[in-house]
Amino acid sequence: MATTTLNPAAPTYRGWLYEWLTTTDHKKIGILYLVNSMVFFLAGGILALVVRAELAQPGLQLIDEAFYNQAFTMHASFMLFLFVIPILAGFGNYVVPLQLGAPDMAFPRINALSFWLLPLGGALMSSGFLVSGGAAASGWTEYPPLSGAQYSGTGTDLWIMGLTLIGTSSILGAINFLVTIFKMRAPGLTLFRMPILVWTVLVTSVLVLMATPVLTSALIMLFIDRNYGGHFFDPANGGNAVLYQNVFWFYSHPAVYIMILPAMGIISEILPVFARKPLFGYKAFVFATVGIGALGFSVWAHHMFTTGAVFLPFFSLMTFLIAVPTGVKMFNWIATMWRGKLTFDTPLLYAVGFLTMFLIGGINGAFSAAVPVDFAIHDTYWVVSHIHYVLFGGSVFAIFGGIFYWFPKMTGRMLDETLGKVQFVIMFIGFNLTFFPMHQLGLAGMPRRIADYAGSAGWSELNLAATIGGFVIAISMLPFFWNVIVSLRSGKVAGDDPWEGNTLEWATTSPPPPYNFDHLPEIRSERPIFDARHGRTDAHQRGL
Amino acid sequence: MTADASAITAPADHADHATAVGHGSGGIGTPVLGMLLFIVSEVMFFAGLFAAYFSIRAGYQEVVNGVLQHSWPPEKYADLLNPFALTTHSGALNLILPATLILVLSSVTCQMGVWAIRKDDHRGFVRAIAVTLVLGVVFLLLQAYDYAVLIAEGLTMGSTTFGTTYFTLTGFHGAHVFGGVLMLAVVLYRGLAGQFSAKHHDMVEATSLYWHFVDVVWILLFSILYLL
Repeated sequence: MATTTLNPAAPTYRGWLYEWLTTTDHKKIGILYLVNSMVFFLAGGILALVVRAELAQPGLQLIDEAFYNQAFTMHASFMLFLFVIPILAGFGNYVVPLQLGAPDMAFPRINALSFWLLPLGGALMSSGFLVSGGAAASGWTEYPPLSGAQYSGTGTDLWIMGLTLIGTSSILGAINFLVTIFKMRAPGLTLFRMPILVWTVLVTSVLVLMATPVLTSALIMLFIDRNYGGHFFDPANGGNAVLYQNVFWFYSHPAVYIMILPAMGIISEILPVFARKPLFGYKAFVFATVGIGALGFSVWAHHMFTTGAVFLPFFSLMTFLIAVPTGVKMFNWIATMWRGKLTFDTPLLYAVGFLTMFLIGGINGAFSAAVPVDFAIHDTYWVVSHIHYVLFGGSVFAIFGGIFYWFPKMTGRMLDETLGKVQFVIMFIGFNLTFFPMHQLGLAGMPRRIADYAGSAGWSELNLAATIGGFVIAISMLPFFWNVIVSLRSGKVAGDDPWEGNTLEWATTSPPPPYNFDHLPEIRSERPIFDARHGRTDAHQRGL
Repeated sequence: MTADASAITAPADHADHATAVGHGSGGIGTPVLGMLLFIVSEVMFFAGLFAAYFSIRAGYQEVVNGVLQHSWPPEKYADLLNPFALTTHSGALNLILPATLILVLSSVTCQMGVWAIRKDDHRGFVRAIAVTLVLGVVFLLLQAYDYAVLIAEGLTMGSTTFGTTYFTLTGFHGAHVFGGVLMLAVVLYRGLAGQFSAKHHDMVEATSLYWHFVDVVWILLFSILYLL
């Protein structure tokens, strides 16, 4: 129908702004996701600097406790819900239909809705800073009774409403990804020939679909308690405060896999290309991803060991089990690089950064899985260190790797390699300077979420180091944004396939046309472009 | 089908992969799969609320005859929640059982509409959907009436955790019925405009699935709130 009623030569009368505001093209929406997420990354980063600056030395120098509480609450809320989750969804939006050889997502208009709910939810959440009492301040977990009507104001209601919208955005996006993956794969692209990124987005979407609505129910119960006189979490009237924690973590533990699986997918795209080898153990990797997703639903109460209200041995055992599929993946990645022809372009640097930092994050997490150890380190800076080694050292490094890897496809121009390497080195140093000392701070007993500490506690030097590190991370963003601006204007022209990639997105122009592909190569393995480049069309007979 | 990716704007001379036979061309329709996945997310949403309900119910204690004991629903409201009583203490009609039967019946008529359009029976289809829509609206009116009766009898959101869970669960179910009624209204409008046929009626199938889901949730709710 479309091919007969539309004249391809007809000039477009849509203005630039109108086009971006109304687009249903998955590539434009993907870029909107990335840009919106980077804005909240900056906002969350500034709040992190506020927190670090206040903690640089004992005493209250810059802000009061009330604003400090808002700062760390909104830092985490921005970074988790408005940066990491949506930027990974943004990569999924841009790359998944291309890797499937599809012209767009299954529901393009719902896709646009999913995106536009994000800035709306983000604005609602941030508008807490404008009301009396300030933004939400009970930590990103918003446990009652701290988040109840008695102790927190309108900012918490705005936080709940904003997060409900963001959750809805995630759910609609997950449905879209799943239908796209199941219904729109190109001829020859069987499930076990799908790129690993598509597999991770698939498993992530199942997690979003099953877990995020449960968060919505927790938020709604909290909202009812706060505004309509409900007693869900009010022990004085027969309610149960730990109930909130159970329902909340039933979402929020799977959510950490929502935040890491697509990042693992990104580096699983990068490593084979820059090692010039296929991914080692493709099927093992897929099953490990599915295994992490499945186990992810049975470990939520390890965040609640110290409540005394959960069955410790079960949740401890299941948590340790997660290390098995994760370890499988580590070996997949290392074996992929082993004896590969490595070219140390920026995407590979970030992928290796991911491997090393995520390994530390995995190991220090295993300590918290042991119940007796967790009783000692629960709610200390050890936990802060763990989450940042996993989500910054893991997800954020992968995100920057993904930006350097796909920027040429998205814009038609390469990012500058030198600036990229400078950024990587500064960020890597700053990251470790910030978060490695927090292990020691945690073991020394420093609790998280405190604005001040005694000078005699012995935490001053390590806190100062962490603060310096935080500002080093901030400095590492300067070459990045300079790089993006300069490269957009005058970067090296990329061509269709600057990295000699494996997957279908490199079979079309950079940037791709609105309909994505003029023609698709034959798909007989999970590396169709590699096969086409080397004339290996019988790859399927050799079990590749 | 305009929301479908098949409407992508490729040039006229373009070898059209949007319509090429890929892995998705057989089996379940794209909109129906989308609706099924949406229902999965709705199931999980209600699962969160149900989990809270059972957790609170299991831990609920109150003083009955001078002894602190488990009692659910709270002694005060036990009579009010008897679905087989014709009237409440104050003499108002108890219409929760008729409302339940009406919603179950609407699921039947909805399915009759689906069967009719599959056979290209437009008259039967429009009639069945119109009846379903009316039954859905009647259910909502009966629920509003029921709320008015309960509130008059003193059961509100704030009266113990029973009131909180009761109004949250039934309220969100009612909101979903309202959403389903809106979808049915669109189906009816498009059906009257002749937009559906035996071949093209994905929205009818999707709406009917959603309506059945809403019905099943109510059967569960009725069972745990009134019978168990």
